[in-house]
Amino acid sequence: MSIEVIKPGMLTTFQDLGRAGYQHLGVPVNGAMDERSHRLANLLAGNASTEATLEVTLMGPTLRWHAPATIVICGADLQPSLDDKPIPMCQPVPVAAGAVLAFGRRRSGVRAYLAVHGGFGLTRVMGSASTYVRGGYGGLRGEPLRRGDVIALNDASPTLPRTGKGARAAALPVLPPAVLGAPDAPLRAMAGREWAMFSAKAQRTLVGEPFRIDPQSDRMGYRLAGPALQLGAAREMISEAVGFGTVQVPPDGQPIVLMADRQTTGGYPRIAHVCAVDLPRLAQRMPGETVRFQLIDLAEAQRLMLLQEAAFAAAGEQ
Amino acid sequence: MMPVIVPSGDRCLIVEFDASDPFAANRFARAAAACIEAAAPAGVTDVVPALHTVGVHYQPHRVPSSGAVPPHLALTKILQSVLADLPLPAASDARVIDLPVCYGGDCGPDLETVAALCDLRPAQLIELHCAEPVEVLMLGFAPGHPYIGRFDARLAPPRRTTPRTVVPAGSLGLANRQTVIYPMNLPGGWHLIGRTPLPLFDARRGSQPCLLRPGDRVRFVPIEPDEFAAMQAGQGGAP
Repeated sequence: MSIEVIKPGMLTTFQDLGRAGYQHLGVPVNGAMDERSHRLANLLAGNASTEATLEVTLMGPTLRWHAPATIVICGADLQPSLDDKPIPMCQPVPVAAGAVLAFGRRRSGVRAYLAVHGGFGLTRVMGSASTYVRGGYGGLRGEPLRRGDVIALNDASPTLPRTGKGARAAALPVLPPAVLGAPDAPLRAMAGREWAMFSAKAQRTLVGEPFRIDPQSDRMGYRLAGPALQLGAAREMISEAVGFGTVQVPPDGQPIVLMADRQTTGGYPRIAHVCAVDLPRLAQRMPGETVRFQLIDLAEAQRLMLLQEAAFAAAGEQ
Repeated sequence: MMPVIVPSGDRCLIVEFDASDPFAANRFARAAAACIEAAAPAGVTDVVPALHTVGVHYQPHRVPSSGAVPPHLALTKILQSVLADLPLPAASDARVIDLPVCYGGDCGPDLETVAALCDLRPAQLIELHCAEPVEVLMLGFAPGHPYIGRFDARLAPPRRTTPRTVVPAGSLGLANRQTVIYPMNLPGGWHLIGRTPLPLFDARRGSQPCLLRPGDRVRFVPIEPDEFAAMQAGQGGAP
């Protein structure tokens, strides 16, 4: 009842919905970068949304299955295959004992999410199985997968139940196009806490110009390069809580979008916040690609989020 | 004192206290955080006190809300009622924790620079830093990373103009009458004056992974480099 890591891939870590309830201690939330794909994979695998998935980045791992299982892969299309035969995305796929799962060249996105029916056998740290590489805890030893790792599987019954919640989960939730947004559409964002502190030119630039995703982007933050965003006047800031999608602007004027491994508090002015429903699209964009922003109001952002949650609930997400 | 409550994105509200008296504002923020934690409003996932604000992270779809009222307004109303008549808590019941620190040398490479910036001799700076217990104002930035203040008005150097890419675990930074302690090897922009051998954070300690918590008072106790080395060896190093 285990999987063996033949090749670890570029950055393969276990992630779940994150480490809630410890931010007052400075403990980052972590969790899946593309929470929507993580939840879809679990849903289709008949798991609760809280189960961990493997977040596979760009160049995927090669894994040998020592027990039969049912898997689902959502998110980036990295051309997954079983024993060299291509397998479909976003569908439960049976895996025979001894089969080898591998990934090929990327077709779209950056991060794929691999769920296994019944879940992976992991020890939770502070309530979560999410790997925090900087902190050295969570997932497997607090590290990305390594060659030779053996990963335990929870469930002895590898087939999806044909009745009940598991069966309902075999249907993809119908996420409205307004929630999903086109892959290359501008990222919807709300004006940030310090929006009014920025010059009128900086405000126009944020919603008018493209920003390139810097190669130094990672799970902690996406650094964006573009015309410098200047404050109207310099002002001393005091650190306070920041969140997933908060757009901070350090003194060099180049914005940073805080992502899953973000720090708990920040002291740079916040020009904007990317909407929760659009963070998955950002998490699937590559360094070198450009993004644009579009401002919407908070009530609209929350309306879109409620639509997404209603769709997940209707699909029987546990 | 009734705080102002403002949104910060679509999944966080910030409760903000008047900072004209920073100590009172900080105590209010900590008391408000405790009060919100105890009330545990539906949908709230994290309550994060900072210097004079409290971040309230929430899941909009789990906030009870009727029809046309957006979740952020519904939760704002709930927080307003939870925080009505919040009393200013006293500081008297705080724990006092002795924290050994090896000042200067390899442990505090900026001690001489920072003493000069403060117009003090290094020994005077250490004396002022250890003079009396100082409050932990907040934990933030990294696991178990405390902001401790406020120190004597003479201990107000600015931050370094260029941050270091790696600051060793246990290092004490000084700036603007506050001290931070880096719990693990991290980038950092504060002047480094010393280092403690005690681990600030250990994920294996279960629900109490941090050495310090907001409201604690910390008394810095100078130790020699050989004591530092012995204590660090005894701790098995920082996590």
